[in-house]
Amino acid sequence: MAVDIEKVRLLAAARRDQPGGLLPALHDIQDRLGHVPPEGVPAIAEVFNLSRAEVHGVVSYYHHFRSAPGGRRTVRICRAEACQAMGADALVEHAQRHLGCKLHETSADGAVTLEAAYCLGLCASSPALMIDETPHARVTPQRFDALVAAAAGETR
Amino acid sequence: MSAAVTVYVPRDAAALAVGADAVAEAVAAEAAARGLAVRLVRNGSRGMFWLEPLVEVATPQGRLAYGPVAPEDVPGLFEAGFQSGGAHPLALGPTEEIAYLKRQERLTFARVGVTDPVSLEDYEAHEGYAGLRRALEMTPEAIVQAVLDSGLRGRGGAAFPAGIKWKTVAAAPGRQKYVVCNADEGDSGTFSDRMTMEGDPFMLIEGMTIAGLATGATQGYVYVRSEYPHAIAALRQAIRVAEAAGRLGDDVLGSGRAFSLEVRKAAGSYVCGEETALLESLEGRRGVVRAKPPLPAIAGLFGCPTVINNVITLAAVPLILARGAAFYRDYGVGRSRGTLPVQLAGNIRHGGLVEKAFGVTLRELMFDFGGGSASGRPIKAVQVGGPLGAYVPESQWDLPLDYEAYAAVGAVLGHGGIVVHDDRADLSKLARYAMEFCALESCGKCTPCRIGSTRGVEVIDRMAEGRNRPQQVQLLRDLCDTMLHGSLCAMGGMTPYPVLSALNHWPEDFGLAAPDRAAA
Repeated sequence: MAVDIEKVRLLAAARRDQPGGLLPALHDIQDRLGHVPPEGVPAIAEVFNLSRAEVHGVVSYYHHFRSAPGGRRTVRICRAEACQAMGADALVEHAQRHLGCKLHETSADGAVTLEAAYCLGLCASSPALMIDETPHARVTPQRFDALVAAAAGETR
Repeated sequence: MSAAVTVYVPRDAAALAVGADAVAEAVAAEAAARGLAVRLVRNGSRGMFWLEPLVEVATPQGRLAYGPVAPEDVPGLFEAGFQSGGAHPLALGPTEEIAYLKRQERLTFARVGVTDPVSLEDYEAHEGYAGLRRALEMTPEAIVQAVLDSGLRGRGGAAFPAGIKWKTVAAAPGRQKYVVCNADEGDSGTFSDRMTMEGDPFMLIEGMTIAGLATGATQGYVYVRSEYPHAIAALRQAIRVAEAAGRLGDDVLGSGRAFSLEVRKAAGSYVCGEETALLESLEGRRGVVRAKPPLPAIAGLFGCPTVINNVITLAAVPLILARGAAFYRDYGVGRSRGTLPVQLAGNIRHGGLVEKAFGVTLRELMFDFGGGSASGRPIKAVQVGGPLGAYVPESQWDLPLDYEAYAAVGAVLGHGGIVVHDDRADLSKLARYAMEFCALESCGKCTPCRIGSTRGVEVIDRMAEGRNRPQQVQLLRDLCDTMLHGSLCAMGGMTPYPVLSALNHWPEDFGLAAPDRAAA
């Protein structure tokens, strides 16, 4: 699918006059397009009067930004210590088996991208995960399957 | 029709994560079906997460609690007449009488879970904006002095006296100054910033406004992690309300003083919780740590004098101004004054938020409040202060929570997170994870952190394989020494804390001889 460079440019331009506007611009772009397309980086660089390398550096530095499209939903499983203490490692193993993909990958049907999170602030209700922006706590493997099935919706 | 009954169903993310929205919907639907008038308030959480979703109802005898409530429990609650305090198996009695809450000293968290977080009226009816009103009658110097006198130290982890930062910024020359709130709460086992932003956002707004008055800053930023969408939404909503009501803007409370506030969403970099990396990120760059000096107080955001404090530090300020420095200082021990909102997390039966004066012990927190491990197994190790904090063995569980007492045993209080592990924990695995996390999150600027963390993982792997263990132990200790003393910031500089504490207190997990615990 062709990347709409003009849309990227417009979204970036809307943040140009904001001090330190590059991160807000990248958030806007990813929120609208699902990722920050590499083809759009030159336009962003031009808007902010930066080099392409600088913009690429920022996009690739932050775990939140992705340069390639993900699945329709993103599942982020917390892997930090509090969740480890309540079985997060086993949950990650289960998730990878269930979805047939590894962390940072997308299931073959394109429904779900599996990501790791390092703390969701739900540490007294571990293990925790987020599906897009919806938090879920005390997630068992059975509950994981049900949540993913509900989130994937029409594909299952 | 009789007056509406007020029912509280929390909107805190940890309540939402166990189905609070569905419970709120069920309450509204059931009330409608029964023709009962119910006023539904989406409050913050009381911080007793094993009881979430915790539903409260306002009665003439005070607020009564029911929990944990599932949507299918709701018709039964109405059937039992819970709206007037009817008996039910989920009934917990008056909320304030629940031992977990009753035994706390809630200063910063006094309103969290009590009020409607985005209602300015509710906030002001519960002592809100009393601190700012008081501050507007004071000189900037007097505000700074009050913060100094309160003994308030940074709650983000470094425990630097807040008043000294403020004083430096106030004295620094500069036409533009900033107040930055570090809400990049990345430590595992911590959620007090999140609860504050979701449960009492006006308190943070008020604290930042006071910091602006004290230092001459007119613009504030709250840098919130992207993992906290609900906190971001609540803060933004509260800021709009405060602006519309003249509590923010060009003429704060009719004083002629200006202060504006903007929320900035982070992008998933742990090291951006380090103050200089955070400033870089706010400026739109990679979150790479800056060398100090210059201090942010002299040359911070966009090169201007900048107060940068953690959420809980800034949130403590309104009460200090409203009640006076002495009121706050009278809590605590030694040089650790006031209260610490402790977060009980991990393998713990009653996890949640416990705000206590400094001086409480880990044992009291884990057993008297926490009720022991969630698994029912013996507790083996406790990590205090986040992923850069030491694993604390049982021999140290009776130390008072106090910055200096912890420093004396090579541990830290950090942001007050307590992560409990039961006897199934493998401390060599946790030590390896600490190094792995450092490698993942290092900003890459300094070598000890960037390279040392990767070498650390390799050394611990060789220990696990049993390859020349004594030599690997020496290597690991040397490596930790280099990271401790040679790193630019706490990321590399403190990763050795969990690693060395694991190695020193649980050598048997690394395939070494077990220590004589009786002699310790």
